Amino acid sequence: MAQTKPRAGRKSGGNSAKAKATSKASQALPGSLTPEDLVEIFTRMVLARTTDERIWALNRQGKVPIAASSQGHEAAQLGSLLAAEKDGDCFLFPYYRDLALKMAAGLTPTQVMLSFMGKAGEPYSNGRQFPLQGADLPNKIIQISNVVSAGLTQATGYALGCKMLGEKTVVLVYFGDGGTSQGETHEAMNFASVHGLPIIFVCENNRYAISVPQAQQMAIDDISSRSAAYGFPGFSVDGMDLLQCYEATREAINHARNQGPVLLEMRVERFMPHTTDDDDRRYRPADEVEAARKFDPIITIGNILIEQGTLDQKKVDDIKAQAQQAINEATDAADAAGLPDVSTIHDMVYAP
Amino acid sequence: MPEMTVIEAVRDAIREEMERDSKVFVLGEDVGKRGGVFLATQGLIDDFGESRVLDTPLAEASIMGIALGAAFRGLRPIPEVEFADFVWPTINQLIGEAARTCYGTNGAVPVPLVVRIPYGGGIRGGLFHSQNVETHFFHTPGLKVVAPATPFDAKGLLKSAVRDNNPVVFLEHKKTYRLVRGEVPEGEYTIPIGIADVKRQGSDMTVVSYGLTLHYCLEAAEQLSLEGVNVEVVDLRTLTPLDTETVLESVKKTGKLLIVHEDNITGGVGAEIAALVAEQAFEYLDGPVSRLCGLDVPTMPFAVNLEEAYMPDTDKVVQALRKLAAY
Repeated sequence: MAQTKPRAGRKSGGNSAKAKATSKASQALPGSLTPEDLVEIFTRMVLARTTDERIWALNRQGKVPIAASSQGHEAAQLGSLLAAEKDGDCFLFPYYRDLALKMAAGLTPTQVMLSFMGKAGEPYSNGRQFPLQGADLPNKIIQISNVVSAGLTQATGYALGCKMLGEKTVVLVYFGDGGTSQGETHEAMNFASVHGLPIIFVCENNRYAISVPQAQQMAIDDISSRSAAYGFPGFSVDGMDLLQCYEATREAINHARNQGPVLLEMRVERFMPHTTDDDDRRYRPADEVEAARKFDPIITIGNILIEQGTLDQKKVDDIKAQAQQAINEATDAADAAGLPDVSTIHDMVYAP
Repeated sequence: MPEMTVIEAVRDAIREEMERDSKVFVLGEDVGKRGGVFLATQGLIDDFGESRVLDTPLAEASIMGIALGAAFRGLRPIPEVEFADFVWPTINQLIGEAARTCYGTNGAVPVPLVVRIPYGGGIRGGLFHSQNVETHFFHTPGLKVVAPATPFDAKGLLKSAVRDNNPVVFLEHKKTYRLVRGEVPEGEYTIPIGIADVKRQGSDMTVVSYGLTLHYCLEAAEQLSLEGVNVEVVDLRTLTPLDTETVLESVKKTGKLLIVHEDNITGGVGAEIAALVAEQAFEYLDGPVSRLCGLDVPTMPFAVNLEEAYMPDTDKVVQALRKLAAY
């Protein structure tokens, strides 16, 4: 994990320029990971991507009202998730672009499809909230709202609670570059530092707050450099590189548990518009996305697995075919599933 | 029974709940060594330590967000908003998030949180130390809203609020803190949230109020009794859930209703009660449902005469009751 440095030139391909520079270096597996781990996380990544793509198609068919895509963010999300899983005692506060994270954390494709279609039995809120929003406590996840960065102070409070109870849990809270402009982001980081809380602030920086580019959001290149103002370490990593994200998160977990907060900036690419309701052609040059897709983590990880001899092309193709099959079945199951019972509309306004 | 003030009752309730349950903790601006600007948390830091009586940075949004997150983990935070006027930075966390958490997680994540808010005017606080904020919370499903008027009610309701698994907005009228004394039994007791209290029995008219103005209503009822009019005084004590049964029962008995509160008249608690009575007790009414409330200006002004012009007081309640009696 490298200390923050001034960002390299952003002329060519934004974050992916950095991805190019570092993806080779990460091909050697960290000691804590086995080839089987990498196959497993690759399989989950393919499943998440396949789901993501299907959801956009279903949106255009009128079956999914809204979706925010995680395409291009998967390496950051699953690299950090893998580190959290390996650690075994982490709690996650994702944000709305964390489809891959939330799915890979332990949901079946059918559960995910139920959620996107707002059907009964959907795991996060039983169809009350936007897809995969609410809580998935079996998989140690809470995300209450879409209000940008509202989860940061909550995650900080959760970490405070864990500390008060004498627990060793480390909290990971996720947000985008847009979220760093919110006042509560500052308040959360400041409080977490004052109390040395076990929390990692994971910024998935895709350089766009919907349509507003990073240069209009802030006058700095390195979001991670903000950690200096709070007195804790900050690191920028290539968010297109799963192994780098894994390794950085692993070290951050160790630091957070023993010494306090860490800010982890993961530089990712947003392959899709902000949501299914957005049209990024209004504000984003087409060749930018095209260039970014050359650093697609699905391709990168697949190639690493083949180059290392862990998988051959046929096995990679099989993984993708199995994902398609699983999503086909999940789509059918969710399509056929019932809507929530209207008589439940008043339930759980208050807890018993 | 010993007598105490409202602020002493609040302090006793917090202390007892912290002794009873190690998951209960206090956080806010100046709540530690300072003991809170109104001394509601005085002495607690000595007995429970800095980890359970937590002086926060001066940043209200995070006080509420952090309290909420701690509640997610199963703690029972009691955040203090130093003055109601400073609650606005917390509104996303309180109305946007806390109120929707249980519903938005289909019950998976309860929010056992009590936010204590000193509120209200008549203390020369001007626009930013006098505000009544209850209507915003009253309008929000998912929150419980409690507004006691007496030491007895304050202590019993605060203890219930701490034990509740929902976000409770606990409103303490600043002017009652040291002005209102009352008997409080020794030892353990609680008062259930959502139950109004008939503070004075009467047969001719009903006046419904809460907080500071409840005391003005009691004084006015006493005056009216000298004029041969028996006024029943209903103290709501809890605004959400509203004890509609007690209100309707009283109105059906007396046939006349005056609602008194300090918050602005338009869209206030009184408007809701008026609608409720119009819908459910229309045929029992012998006069127009009336309201005596704060004026529709952005909080009471600082100058003494302007503040008096804003505030309901005993004389104004007497006039309103006489008018209604004559109808």
